[in-house]
Amino acid sequence: MHIVVCMKQVPDSAQIRVHPVTNTIMRQGVPTIINPYDLFALEEALRLRDVIGGEVTVLTMGPPMAEESLRKALTFGADRAVLLTDRFFAGSDTLATSFALAAALTKIGEEFGVPPIVFTGKQTIDGDTAQVGPGIAKRLGFNQLTYVARIVDLAPEVGTITVERRAEGGVQVLSTRLPVLITMLEGVNEIRRGTLEDAFRASRAKIVTWNAADAGITDMTKCGLRGSPTIVKKIFSPPPRAEAAQLIATIDQSYDAIAASVMSEIFKSQPALEDDLMRFSAGP
Amino acid sequence: MSDAPKSAPAPSGRAGTKKELPEHFKAYKHVWVAVESEHGLVHPVSFELLGEGRKLADKRGVELGAVVMGSDPQAIADAANACFEYGADIVYTVTDPVLTHYRNEAYTKALTDIVNIYQPEILLLGATTLGRDLAGSVATTLRTGLTADCTELAIDEEGSLAATRPTFGGSLLCTIMTLNFRPQMATVRPRVLSMPKRTPGRQGRIVQHPLGLAEEDVVTKILQFIADRDSNKAQLAYAEIVVAGGLGLRSAENFQLVKDLAAVLGAEYGGSRPLVQKGWITGDRQIGQTGKTIRPKLYIAAGISGAIQHRVGVEGSDLIVAINTDPNAQIFQFAHLGIVADAVELLPALTEAFRKYLSVNRLAG
Repeated sequence: MHIVVCMKQVPDSAQIRVHPVTNTIMRQGVPTIINPYDLFALEEALRLRDVIGGEVTVLTMGPPMAEESLRKALTFGADRAVLLTDRFFAGSDTLATSFALAAALTKIGEEFGVPPIVFTGKQTIDGDTAQVGPGIAKRLGFNQLTYVARIVDLAPEVGTITVERRAEGGVQVLSTRLPVLITMLEGVNEIRRGTLEDAFRASRAKIVTWNAADAGITDMTKCGLRGSPTIVKKIFSPPPRAEAAQLIATIDQSYDAIAASVMSEIFKSQPALEDDLMRFSAGP
Repeated sequence: MSDAPKSAPAPSGRAGTKKELPEHFKAYKHVWVAVESEHGLVHPVSFELLGEGRKLADKRGVELGAVVMGSDPQAIADAANACFEYGADIVYTVTDPVLTHYRNEAYTKALTDIVNIYQPEILLLGATTLGRDLAGSVATTLRTGLTADCTELAIDEEGSLAATRPTFGGSLLCTIMTLNFRPQMATVRPRVLSMPKRTPGRQGRIVQHPLGLAEEDVVTKILQFIADRDSNKAQLAYAEIVVAGGLGLRSAENFQLVKDLAAVLGAEYGGSRPLVQKGWITGDRQIGQTGKTIRPKLYIAAGISGAIQHRVGVEGSDLIVAINTDPNAQIFQFAHLGIVADAVELLPALTEAFRKYLSVNRLAG
């Protein structure tokens, strides 16, 4: 079975800094990583391949430097990497992104075999929207399984799959028909280290690189900024609260003395809280 | 997978220009909330959205609509009444056995169909697992704009929805608009908006809509539903007091100090995003934009720097008490009460102070 994993290269959010004066993002020197949520998707795909055989292709849309992330995915054991890169994609929102990725997935199907399963992470750590997975599913007409915690059963010969997915207030056990788009829940597996052989193969692998035309896209009005119904009106840093925080004196004070001041200020500000606490502490 | 954070609008691109709304979208009118009801109960986020939707509708001079989907006529009638009492003028109902439990294909069809027929200009959903699953599908089917996890909704001077959300991993805020497509869609997380006042007896109109889908047309089947055991779950979102820790605690062991104070206060405990990434706490205890949004009476943040993604998740708290060694930490920009001190030293003192005070006063009482 041919499985495709859609990934995104993202800035390592732990390293993002905002310029204190201009309030703009300081991008210089911020390392990029594979979106951590996508690694759960990749590992799940590799496990399926190990059991039922086949190939795993990783796909990403991004600038040419996103090749690094694809190569990293190959070291984990992916069989093939496809980079979708074109300046026409710049400024894509989720709708334009799902359009381009759906086109690339169709092309991947023609070139390397139709994938009955496409995986993504549940969301990215930079955009945090969780919209692209469902967008791809709708565009390709795949059945959509989001927040999947476990693949319970897969029967490619009859074309069915059963999964457990996180739902509001519990876990749904769902069965549906292939092809499916699965977004994996975090923490359900751990990405493998990859073998030495994988690392060697990854370092020499040729990354399949497509521009919009290569991916079969002819309508450029559906790409990038032009294909994005949403626009960013402004980016800003919220102003501090009008009233500055009231600071508790700490210089030359013992921690017990500071604690006493904090408690008394809390009760002064929220008198009702004292009654609540008393009731709680009195026990049921 | 998701959208790339976009750079500031380029002057020459379409982002900088306000085009006339295409003719076929001009009929789109009214503000809608897609109500989330599972297992016979309406999710509180739907009422929170109705409260906000009411303000947006009044600003636009239009009606507030609610969409209720499900299978049990009584549950739907009850939900519709609740929607009226929380501010809806009109409730669109879709009642069909196929909608007994949430399934993407059936709910996407139901919601997409009534949007196409009744044409709202704004459509809001809760940013729950259900709402996010549904909103992404509906927006793609309608080929319109969707802004996820908004922290503020407003109507701009030209009458469009201005949806503000954190961006760049929560380090800045951005305002996003859908100018040339309708409906303008947005999701909001539970507890980001306050619960509106309920007006008992308030009434409105009900419009019934047929689903037009048979069970055999839906390929996805629910085999089983395993409900979460509530005792194991963090109840952060609706807690009255929350104590949270951040990297300033320095080690996973020191996180116990947060739990100790929470135990004395009868509070829920949580932490900032880096603690989840380090594995000190589980994901269901993460506080902030990508974790839980909280609105407690008292929030104590120990050793948390206060990045924007954290700020937007706690700003609804009545009283924010921040402990941090860095006097320039961002958290002091939005805390009410600040203590420049080492949380690892202060937390035990605070726990002891509350413990003593409460036991003495209980005895006295």
